[in-house]
Amino acid sequence: MTLALDFSFLTLDVLARYVIKGLFFSIELTLVAMLGGILLGTALALMRLSGVIWLSWPAALYVNAMRSIPLVMVILWFFLLIPLLTGKPLGAELSAMITFTLFEAAYYSEIMRAGIQSIPKGQIYASYALGMNYAQTLRYIVLPQAFRNMLPVLLTQTIILFQDTSLVYAIGAYDLLKGFEVVGKNFNRPVETYLVAALIYFVISYTLSRYVRRLQTRLAVIR
Amino acid sequence: MDLDWRVFCRDTIDGEFVRGCLGDAERITYLDWLLSAWGWTLSVAALAWIVAIAAGAVVGVLRTTPHRPLVILGNAWTELFRNIPVLVQVFLWYHVIPALFPLLRAIPSFLLVVVALGLYTSARISEQVRAGIQSIPQGQRLAALALGFTLPQVYRHVLLPQAWRIVLPPLTSESMNIIKNSSVAFAVSIPELTLFALQAQEETARGIEIYLIVTGLYFFSALLVNRILHIVEMRLRIPGLIVVTK
Amino acid sequence: MIEIDRVSKWYGSFQVLSDCSTHIGKGEVVVVCGPSGSGKSTLIKCVNALEPFQKGEIRVNGISVSDPKTNLSQLRAHVGMVFQHFELFPHMTICDNLCIAQVKVLGRLREEAMERGLRLLDRVGLKAHAHKYPGQLSGGQQQRVAIARALAMDPICMLFDEPTSALDPEMINEVLDVMVELASEGMTMMVVTHEMGFARKVAHRVIFMDQGRIVEDTPKEAFFAMPRSERAQAFLAKILSH
Repeated sequence: MTLALDFSFLTLDVLARYVIKGLFFSIELTLVAMLGGILLGTALALMRLSGVIWLSWPAALYVNAMRSIPLVMVILWFFLLIPLLTGKPLGAELSAMITFTLFEAAYYSEIMRAGIQSIPKGQIYASYALGMNYAQTLRYIVLPQAFRNMLPVLLTQTIILFQDTSLVYAIGAYDLLKGFEVVGKNFNRPVETYLVAALIYFVISYTLSRYVRRLQTRLAVIR
Repeated sequence: MDLDWRVFCRDTIDGEFVRGCLGDAERITYLDWLLSAWGWTLSVAALAWIVAIAAGAVVGVLRTTPHRPLVILGNAWTELFRNIPVLVQVFLWYHVIPALFPLLRAIPSFLLVVVALGLYTSARISEQVRAGIQSIPQGQRLAALALGFTLPQVYRHVLLPQAWRIVLPPLTSESMNIIKNSSVAFAVSIPELTLFALQAQEETARGIEIYLIVTGLYFFSALLVNRILHIVEMRLRIPGLIVVTK
Repeated sequence: MIEIDRVSKWYGSFQVLSDCSTHIGKGEVVVVCGPSGSGKSTLIKCVNALEPFQKGEIRVNGISVSDPKTNLSQLRAHVGMVFQHFELFPHMTICDNLCIAQVKVLGRLREEAMERGLRLLDRVGLKAHAHKYPGQLSGGQQQRVAIARALAMDPICMLFDEPTSALDPEMINEVLDVMVELASEGMTMMVVTHEMGFARKVAHRVIFMDQGRIVEDTPKEAFFAMPRSERAQAFLAKILSH
């Protein structure tokens, strides 16, 4: 053992100065991509299930394309393309938000599609029999049930999303990992900072996954 | 926007066009570089896949045994490797582990990435293996025990052959994921496709062409894996047995 | 042959077996019946230690099944068991189902195992199906294979855990016929079943269980003539009424 670990440089002051900002961005990115991704994903799922070929086909193409490309490449693509299309450079942070929303939508849409398909046909017949139209059936009968059934899976995907936010490293956005990296460089203690970074990611992901598991058993009991 | 595909025929040092696009001992074109990068991507993914399958299968099995300490060990493994982002795990293996264990400094960074990616994926595979084994009716285990099989024999002859077939479809998607996830190796300077994309884009300012080809190769590699495993799946199909997959 | 001595078992704080005792002699056929949840399936699974129990003792051929020194694998190899859901191994052909334990547990040669397996398969009338997979057979056929699989191990006794309750009515008899024949050859059998016709025909004794207790353990004639306990009377009345 040639290296003695020393964490004393990681004071609250240092964390507040370099890390908190990154943590907030990681959380912000997660929440934005989750909300935007679920909304867009639900729309994509409805398009795929619409039975109208010029809606379902593009949606399927979009979802499958996104799901077969590495996220890092998607991040790089958008970082390259957005300035070309809009004519002005976009910050790495904003670019990341757009990218993650569009990327996660593909994954959320598969979950919502499974959720919608899991609703028994009888529910839809019953709703039509009561005189509701297509939109009402979706809004009041199908989507609430699909969303509730899929809640644990949606949240599990969000935990993966949270972990994936670390990939904004590729375009240099200032996230939780970046914050620790800056500290590691400034104090020349990369070993300790990466260890602490891993610990923080672990604590957040693990806590959330425990919560999801509890939720899962609770939902199972209610059903 | 006009595309110029000739960028791949350029020499990587002086930017001159090379006849036939492929270089030789002295000249290396972007096409040469691209192909070598693809090779790195496939090598990282293939080796990591072996690590992931081996570790994931063992850990998954441990989690289904009647021995409490083994179950706890397996669960801890899975939680540890599942809840840390893959990029952070790559950094841990690359920056932290060799610093803490000087003996490991001789290991090339390529192998460290393979281990990182392999163990990260092993957590997910162990989850599939555990679920696969647990989805086999409890009566199968009892029937095998009643015939006098020892616990290892029960796994060897009855549970694992059935679990394999249940696990194959999710395993296919994990195998495709491993190719996608191998892209994080760029962060520790493994000269694979993503690093090629980043660097070649900067050098040539032909980002769209470069990204299109790289994306295409990722896509094609994943498709290849999918087809191969699909054939395996068909071969293993048992007459009269419907495997229920999620 | 099978000695069950004051066996009690709990799942957590819930007692599933309380103080069960009985003996099954060589060549005896004993039917165990009782309402669902009475512990009869649990009791039969205790006999070859598929279920652990906390108190009491069970000896099979003089060997204690709860003794940690007992080689359970060896013991179970000689106690045949037939399950409610057949539990043939779906990834193996019928032939391999019959051979695998003979080869891997008893160490028989493959040819020898095959010959035995096919002979028993012929006995249950399914020789033509040797190379099919379990999923291609009907439930009744699968259960007959399961019986042949157990017999291939040369068991000293056979345990049947509700062997016909997962079968369609028209398939029950083909399985019972095999069991009746087995009983007539002098096989020691412990059978958990609701098939009172079978009990009447071949059982020597009937055990009636309720709420984890052996309520009644009498010769067949006495049981069918008039069970002593009220619960057994009620049970019989219900079972025989249709």
